[in-house]
Amino acid sequence: MTTPLLCITDLHATVADKPILKGLSLTINPGEIHAIMGPNGAGKSTTGYVLGGRPGYEVTGGTVSFAGQDLLALEPHERAAAGLFLGFQYPVEIPGVSFVQFLREAANAQRRARGEAELSGGEFLKLAREKAALLKMDMDMLKRPVNVGFSGGEKKRAEMVQMGILDPKLAILDETDSGLDIDALRICGEGINAIMRRADKAVLLITHYQRLLDYVQPDFVHVLAGGRIVRSGGPELAHELERDGYEAVAA
Amino acid sequence: MSEAALLAPVLPDRRDEAYRYADLAALETVWPVATETIAVAAGESGALTLVPDGDTVARHLVITLAAGARFDLRLLNAGHTYGRIAVEVALGAGADFTLGAAQLGGGAQTLEVVTEVRHLEPGATSRQVVRTVLAGRATGTYLGKVAVARGADGTDAEQSVRAMLLDRTAQANARPELEIYADDVKCAHGCAVGELDAQGLFYLQSRGLPPAEAKRLMLQAFVAEAFTGAADEASLCDRALAALEALL
Repeated sequence: MTTPLLCITDLHATVADKPILKGLSLTINPGEIHAIMGPNGAGKSTTGYVLGGRPGYEVTGGTVSFAGQDLLALEPHERAAAGLFLGFQYPVEIPGVSFVQFLREAANAQRRARGEAELSGGEFLKLAREKAALLKMDMDMLKRPVNVGFSGGEKKRAEMVQMGILDPKLAILDETDSGLDIDALRICGEGINAIMRRADKAVLLITHYQRLLDYVQPDFVHVLAGGRIVRSGGPELAHELERDGYEAVAA
Repeated sequence: MSEAALLAPVLPDRRDEAYRYADLAALETVWPVATETIAVAAGESGALTLVPDGDTVARHLVITLAAGARFDLRLLNAGHTYGRIAVEVALGAGADFTLGAAQLGGGAQTLEVVTEVRHLEPGATSRQVVRTVLAGRATGTYLGKVAVARGADGTDAEQSVRAMLLDRTAQANARPELEIYADDVKCAHGCAVGELDAQGLFYLQSRGLPPAEAKRLMLQAFVAEAFTGAADEASLCDRALAALEALL
């Protein structure tokens, strides 16, 4: 029997004292790709933020174990070092800080936390160039300030480049498909497969639509409604949702 | 009383606007403050980087730029119990003045940059960028007056003033002031006091940066804006970073 990578049990969480997650349970094993789908306000983004440890997202009940650790006891940067990556729906602009500088410091902070050797400047640039090429992103863009002046699609591709460089065990990707045109959607989808489709890694896709799942075929699809998972199934469930709508399926 | 004491300028008090936020007890220990004059001849260029040392620092620069002269002044005001840098500038026709100042304070430090830039003749330009980072119960002040004389048409003056508070107990004062007696002038000023963007901090931390490193990275970028384009930009940024580390 495999040890689960992520095990969420009866998770309750509030945002500004308002209950959003109301008993979410989900287990993800290494090698699996899961998709959480659901209507607006179901708690999809909250799930990502709670797992990432965003301030203001209060866990009021339940447990989350990640790679054998109590995830909820870790600070956001410790979760990253443990192998968690959160892909943002709205990546944040940080003026004056270049991607290259920030990612090298982030990658090395993670390595230090894990007791691994740091990457030299040359090693880092080689890695960054390789991952940028995978996402068809010009390396010069990574010399620019973090996300500043990037289009929606460029921001999402930059998120995937970061994922490639940081090489997490589990990627939680919050609406990576929103704001993408057809070509960018395919490039991001292929990037996710190239970086994360491995026996020792897993992905949790948070999405509204089937279209990303055409490129990143999930093993399991879950319907989130009212702060809990109301149905789970295989990839065919996403097609059913697309055809019949959330109301019909979640009812 | 000795004759010298009678002739020495009187220590200002708080009713004097230019000293409203000063640490007067500290100022008294270095009073009177000597005036340092700099004159740049027509068409010439000059530059000065000031990173004063010492527990209590009070400096007073008086800069005169003749027609077409240029001057680039960079200040790093950090690590003093009281640090005051006052700058008076008089601009001739077509002269250009640049000020880039960073102030970094913690504890109960009081730091201030006080400027008066006088555009006396047509076509002069001035640009002031002031970035202040304050922790603890520190006070950081920028008082900046831009005076445009009658007839100084075509003046282009800009003040960009921003302060970042790392603790709610710190205090930033920013007062850009314009006094315009000419037509056809462009005077812009932007002024903001804020805290580090919480979303940005979480974003950096979610990638693995510990909180102090995430803050340092964002503040480093913020402070660097004061030194953009300086001849010794890199070394100024390094010194500012060292002062920043002391606050985090």
